[in-house]
Amino acid sequence: MDNAATVPLSDVAADALTTAMRKIGNASSVHNFGRAVRKDVEDAREELARLVGCGPTEVIFTGSGTEANNLAIKGFYWSRRAENPQRTIIVASAFEHHAVLDPIEWLVEHEGAEQVLIPVTAAGVIDIEFLRNFVAANRERIALIAVMHSNNELGTIQPIADVVTIAGDIPVHSDAVQSFGKVPFDFAGLGLTSATISAHKIGGPLGVAALILQRGLDVTPVLHGGGQERDIRSGTINAPAIIAFVAAARDSLKHLADRAAAINELREYLINRISREIPSAHINAASGEHLPGIVNVTFPGTESDAVLLLLDSHDIAASAGSACSAGVPRPSHVLMAMGRSEADADASIRFSLGTINAKADIDILMTVLPDVVAKASKKVSA
Amino acid sequence: MKLVAAMSGGVDSAVAAARVAEAGHEVIGVHLALSSNPQKYRSGARGCCTIEDSHDARRAADVIGIPFYIWDMAEEFHEGVVENFMAEYANGRTPNPCLRCNEKIKFAAVLERAKALGFDGVVTGHYAQMRETELGRTMHRAVDPAKDQSYVLAVLNTDQLAGAYFPLGDIVKDDVRIEAKKRGLYVANKPDSHDICFVPSGDNAGWLRDRLGSEVGEIVDESGKKLGEHKGAYTYTIGQRKGLGITVPAAGGEPRYVLKIEPKTNTVVVGSKEALAISHIDGEKPIWCGPVPAAATDYRGFAQIRAHGSPLACTYRHDGSHISVDLVEPLFGLATGQGLVIYDGDRVVGSATVSSTL
Repeated sequence: MDNAATVPLSDVAADALTTAMRKIGNASSVHNFGRAVRKDVEDAREELARLVGCGPTEVIFTGSGTEANNLAIKGFYWSRRAENPQRTIIVASAFEHHAVLDPIEWLVEHEGAEQVLIPVTAAGVIDIEFLRNFVAANRERIALIAVMHSNNELGTIQPIADVVTIAGDIPVHSDAVQSFGKVPFDFAGLGLTSATISAHKIGGPLGVAALILQRGLDVTPVLHGGGQERDIRSGTINAPAIIAFVAAARDSLKHLADRAAAINELREYLINRISREIPSAHINAASGEHLPGIVNVTFPGTESDAVLLLLDSHDIAASAGSACSAGVPRPSHVLMAMGRSEADADASIRFSLGTINAKADIDILMTVLPDVVAKASKKVSA
Repeated sequence: MKLVAAMSGGVDSAVAAARVAEAGHEVIGVHLALSSNPQKYRSGARGCCTIEDSHDARRAADVIGIPFYIWDMAEEFHEGVVENFMAEYANGRTPNPCLRCNEKIKFAAVLERAKALGFDGVVTGHYAQMRETELGRTMHRAVDPAKDQSYVLAVLNTDQLAGAYFPLGDIVKDDVRIEAKKRGLYVANKPDSHDICFVPSGDNAGWLRDRLGSEVGEIVDESGKKLGEHKGAYTYTIGQRKGLGITVPAAGGEPRYVLKIEPKTNTVVVGSKEALAISHIDGEKPIWCGPVPAAATDYRGFAQIRAHGSPLACTYRHDGSHISVDLVEPLFGLATGQGLVIYDGDRVVGSATVSSTL
C-alpha cells in the first residue's frame, strides 16, 4: 500500500523496453541506425505530448522527476534574474516535495534567492488568497511560482488554474509527478509554464521523466554537453526508457477513469474501516478533490516509524514523511505546513493504493492495524 | 526470541547480529541516529551517526538478511549523554560518556522501545559474557582481555541485564574479523572507533572549549603559587602530566601532575606524583549488576577505574547509597566522575561514579 512511492513496471512498458533495448543506435547519430532510433523517440515524444496536452517540442526528457524539478526551479530563477536582477523571489507552496523545496533552498544559500512559502489550509490546499495578495504586492520581484498539482502525502489536488491566473506573466511550475496518469492533467488547458511528470509512478521504468516546458521559453541548463533536448538537457537520449515511459502513459490514460473509480472505492473502504475500527485515528485532508489512492491518517500518540516497523513485520508496506540523507525519520513537513503539531506530524502514515491492490488487502491490513497502533502507542520514557 | 540488534555500522555489531540471526532468533537491525543533524558529525569511518555508518549498518543487515531501521535517539542522547558530559566537566569531574550511553540509551531508551514493540531484548557487539549462575543472570569479562568491555556495561541493573545479549563475549577480535569476512560482511576490515563518538575530531579539549568557553585561569602549585595559565580548567584531568605548558621547573626537577581542578575559581593545582597517591575511593549512585551484596559488610574483590585499566585488589563495602573501596596498593591519579567498577574475579558486581578519594 505504498503505490505513491513506485508501482511495478507494467507489461506494456516491459515489452516496449525490452524491444527498444535490443535496437542499436544513438538517437543523435546521423546514420541510418541512429535515425531509426530517433524516429522511435520522436514518435514517443509526439504521443506523450498529446497525452499531456502540450506540443512535442515542449517535452524535455530527463533522468528523473527530481532532475526535471531542479531544471525548472534553477533554470527559471537564473534566466528570469538574468533578464531583471530584481527578480529574486521564488514563491512555492509550503508542502512541495523536497525535489522542489531543496533546489529553492540551495538557491537561497548560494544564489541570493528569497523563498516565500504559500501557507496550506487544514484541508490540505494552498491558501490562494495569500498568493493573490503576495503577488499583487511583489509582482516585479518574483522569479517564479511553484505549486504541485497534487500533494504526494495527502493526495489533495491544488487549484493550479487559479494560480496561473494570479501569476499572469510570472512563470508557474507544477510538479505533477503524482497526478499524471492518475487524474486528468492538461498542460495547455491549465496554462502552465512548466510541469514535471515521471515514468515509474505510472508503470514505466525508473530513470526517466520529463519536464514539460512551454515552447520558446528559455531556462538555463543544469547539465551541459551534447545539446540534446532543445539544448536544455544534454546527455545521450535514453531511447528505450522514453519509449517504455510513453507506453506506460498510453496505458494509464486509456484506463484512467476505470482505474481511478476502482481505486477510489478501495480508498473509501479503507477510510471507513479505519474510522470505524480505530476511533482515535484522524483522516487528514479527506474531503475535496483528491488523487484516487491516497489515505493519510494520524494515529495520535504513536510514532510513525514504529507503526511502519510493525506493519513491515506483517509484510504490509506503507510510508510516512521523508527521511534525511542518513535515513533518520523526520516528522512530515507536509502535515506541519497544514498547521499540525510535530507530534501529530510524526504520528501520521500514508497508505497509497494502486491497481495492484484489492479489497482483500485492506481486510488483511485491518486484521493487524488496531493492534499495531496500540503497540506503537506505548511511548518511550527515556 | 525476538531481538533488536543495535548496529553501529562497525564489524562487531554486524557479527553480533549475524550470530543471533543464525541461531534462529527473529532479529531486526536498528541503527541509532544520535545526532539530530547527522551530516554535522560527518567524519569518514569514525564515530557514530554518519551517513557512511548508517549505510554500512544497512548493508550488513541486508547481507545477514534481517530487516533494518533507523531509530532517532538524538534527543535522548543529547539529554542523557552529551549534556551530562558537559556538566561533569564544568564541575571539574571527568565523565565516561560510554557508560552513560549504555545506561541511558542502548539499554534504556532502546531496550524500552524494543519491549514496547514486542521484542525480548537488545543485542550489541560489546565484548562481555553473560552467564546463568546460581546468582541468576550475571555478567563477566570477555575472553579477549584486550577487548573486554564489561567495564562500560557495569551500569546495567538486573532488569537491563535481563534484556541484554552480547554474542561476542566468547570470541577474540581477530576471529570476529575473520568471521565477518566469511559471512561476506564488507565491514570486516573497518577500523575500530576509539574516540568519543560525538567528538569526531578527537580533540576533546577543543570541543569542550567551544561549548564551555575558554576563560583563562591559573595553574598553581600546592602552596598556591602561580606557575602558569590555562584556557579552561575543565580541559584537564587528574593525573595529567603532558600539555601543562609550565615553564618554571619544580625545585627538584621532577615532573608535575594535575592534582586538583577547581571549577569555581577556574584553577588547576599541580604537584608531585606522590601527592596523587590515593588508597581510598568513594563512589556514589551505585548500580548492582546482579545480586546486591549485603550492606555494611566487607568484601574482597577488584576495582577498575578506567575502560582498559587494570583490576586493583581491594576491599569494598556499601551502605545503599555509596560504595567505599580500600585499595591494597596505592593508586596514582583518579578523577572524580570516573566510573568505579567492582569485580568478583571476572564477574561484574556493580558500579558507581567516583565522588571522592583519599
